[in-house]
Amino acid sequence: MSPETANLEEIVAQVPPARGVVEPLPPVNAEGEQLLEISMGPHHPSTHGVFRMNVVLEGEQVVRLKPVFGYLHRNHEKIAENAAYLAAIPYTDRLDYLCSMTNNWGYALAVEKLAGIGVPERAEYIRVIVAELTRLQNHASLIGFLMQDMGMSGTPLMYAFREREKILDLFESLSGARMMCNYMRFGGVRVDTSAEWLRQVRELNGEFPRFLDEFESLLAGNEILMGRAQGVGVLSPELAVSSGASGPMLRASGVNYDVRKVDGYGVYDRFSFRVPLGDHGDVYDRYMMRVLEMRESVKILEQAVRDIPAGPIMDPKARLRGLRPKAGEAYGRIESPKGELGFYLISDGTGNPYRYRVRPPSLINLTVLEDMCLGRGVADVVVILGSVDIVLGEVDR
Amino acid sequence: MRAGLGGVMDEELKNLKAELSKHGVFTTTFEELYNWGRKNSVWPLTFGLACCAIEMIATTMARYDLARFGAEVFRASPRQADLIIVSGTVTKKMAPQVVRLYNQMPEPKYVIAMGACAISGGPFRDGYNVLKGIDRYIPVDVHIPGCPPRPEALIDAFMTLQKKIDAQQLTGEDRPRHLKEDLPSEFPVPEYGEHDLEPPNNAEVWNPLKVIQK
Repeated sequence: MSPETANLEEIVAQVPPARGVVEPLPPVNAEGEQLLEISMGPHHPSTHGVFRMNVVLEGEQVVRLKPVFGYLHRNHEKIAENAAYLAAIPYTDRLDYLCSMTNNWGYALAVEKLAGIGVPERAEYIRVIVAELTRLQNHASLIGFLMQDMGMSGTPLMYAFREREKILDLFESLSGARMMCNYMRFGGVRVDTSAEWLRQVRELNGEFPRFLDEFESLLAGNEILMGRAQGVGVLSPELAVSSGASGPMLRASGVNYDVRKVDGYGVYDRFSFRVPLGDHGDVYDRYMMRVLEMRESVKILEQAVRDIPAGPIMDPKARLRGLRPKAGEAYGRIESPKGELGFYLISDGTGNPYRYRVRPPSLINLTVLEDMCLGRGVADVVVILGSVDIVLGEVDR
Repeated sequence: MRAGLGGVMDEELKNLKAELSKHGVFTTTFEELYNWGRKNSVWPLTFGLACCAIEMIATTMARYDLARFGAEVFRASPRQADLIIVSGTVTKKMAPQVVRLYNQMPEPKYVIAMGACAISGGPFRDGYNVLKGIDRYIPVDVHIPGCPPRPEALIDAFMTLQKKIDAQQLTGEDRPRHLKEDLPSEFPVPEYGEHDLEPPNNAEVWNPLKVIQK
């Protein structure tokens, strides 16, 4: 047992059994009085896309909350099952459309496991660099969106998008696209980085802590943030583990579980970085998790850009077109900015996967939404949903 | 000038305006003033569907700054919006809501179909749950290709829309749809039928390109 998983085992032992299927209740309270039912979404400015919640209120308090999914179900898995392995990579870009690079990596990792393809060292380092850049821009924008949900207008989002644009410029000069990078391949990455690009990364990385300081000085002690976030939407570590939550949301509840540390996939075991943990599991902790993770990402980037070796970027044995892995199954998982992103593939020996399944962190983190929202007002539901960090492309697929 | 007075009169009016402006007299037509005001204060609906919505947000942020074109006021309520930017994949579950939102907007209203998905289903066209283009149900003014289109492309689409608004005539046969009293301003909302959306398209607005074989 590795030290990272030590406290996880203790918590798993205390997890209560599952509740089973809960029948929908009529909208009346114990005294038989009519409750107020509100349908939030699918068009709502703070549901981060086309997400819908059926909220039942007693006075101001939420007594029931039922998420309604599927407004952006665009058949990702079915399309990928009918396409060649290579052809699914552009579709993974559009899963969690804020973080196309990490999605590529998760899928590439699963195929590499399935087909037994190795990855050259330089490609592994490039993957770490682009994944951590993705984490920076995702967390920065998430904080911006969260603050917008809290009623701070668009100002924090403007700051966040200013930094995000700089990172997207780097992605664009590397892969040719701002958002849908389509950059990784099984066995490596598509194009090599130049020394100039690495210099730009180093420069951006050197300036990023200043942005974080600025952001934090504006936000950390902010009255609106403290009032709206502290003690709101508390998620207990037991519930977090039993619901399968992952990523910053799980760690905000104090559970030490980061796939980068647990699996050490890629070359993550070579970098020294810490996994920030929260104490209370409330919205404020989830916000702090993002800020602290950005600081750790900056550290990883620093080491990765420093240590990146020369060499090939593609495994010479890797076959991109006409890949036919032997029959079998593989599960590749990575720590995407939103949590554990997994791809499960079953091959029957043909050119396209027999089964292709995505484990979307956003969807699984959402399953505890009702538990976090009970007893709070509607205004808090918006903030709690914002702190989960969902992207509907990934939730509905 | 566009009041439909005829070629000779148009020319004379133009000369008269030019002459008056030399003496510090500004003349305009009600139509020009009205369109000038409308094109510079288009309020879009805060309506994001998928990936393109992130680019739409990026367009409103500091670097691209859609506010320069008078469109910084994104409104969450369709009752206050003039423009709906269909930014992303419209699924069959979402299509009725998009049409309903469009119906709830007050006239005059405009539609930008942003990205390949909103135009034709894009990369997800083969999906069983994806609507193959929002112009099957509502009239689209500007299409922007791209997956996702860059913010510059959205700005270009927006400027195209501004030109379109500026060229609209308030009177005559060519006046826009919203000024024709006998035409309805709402379109039927599709419903989820047994196999597909019912009806599969609105014949009033859906004009697919026809392949002519020689």
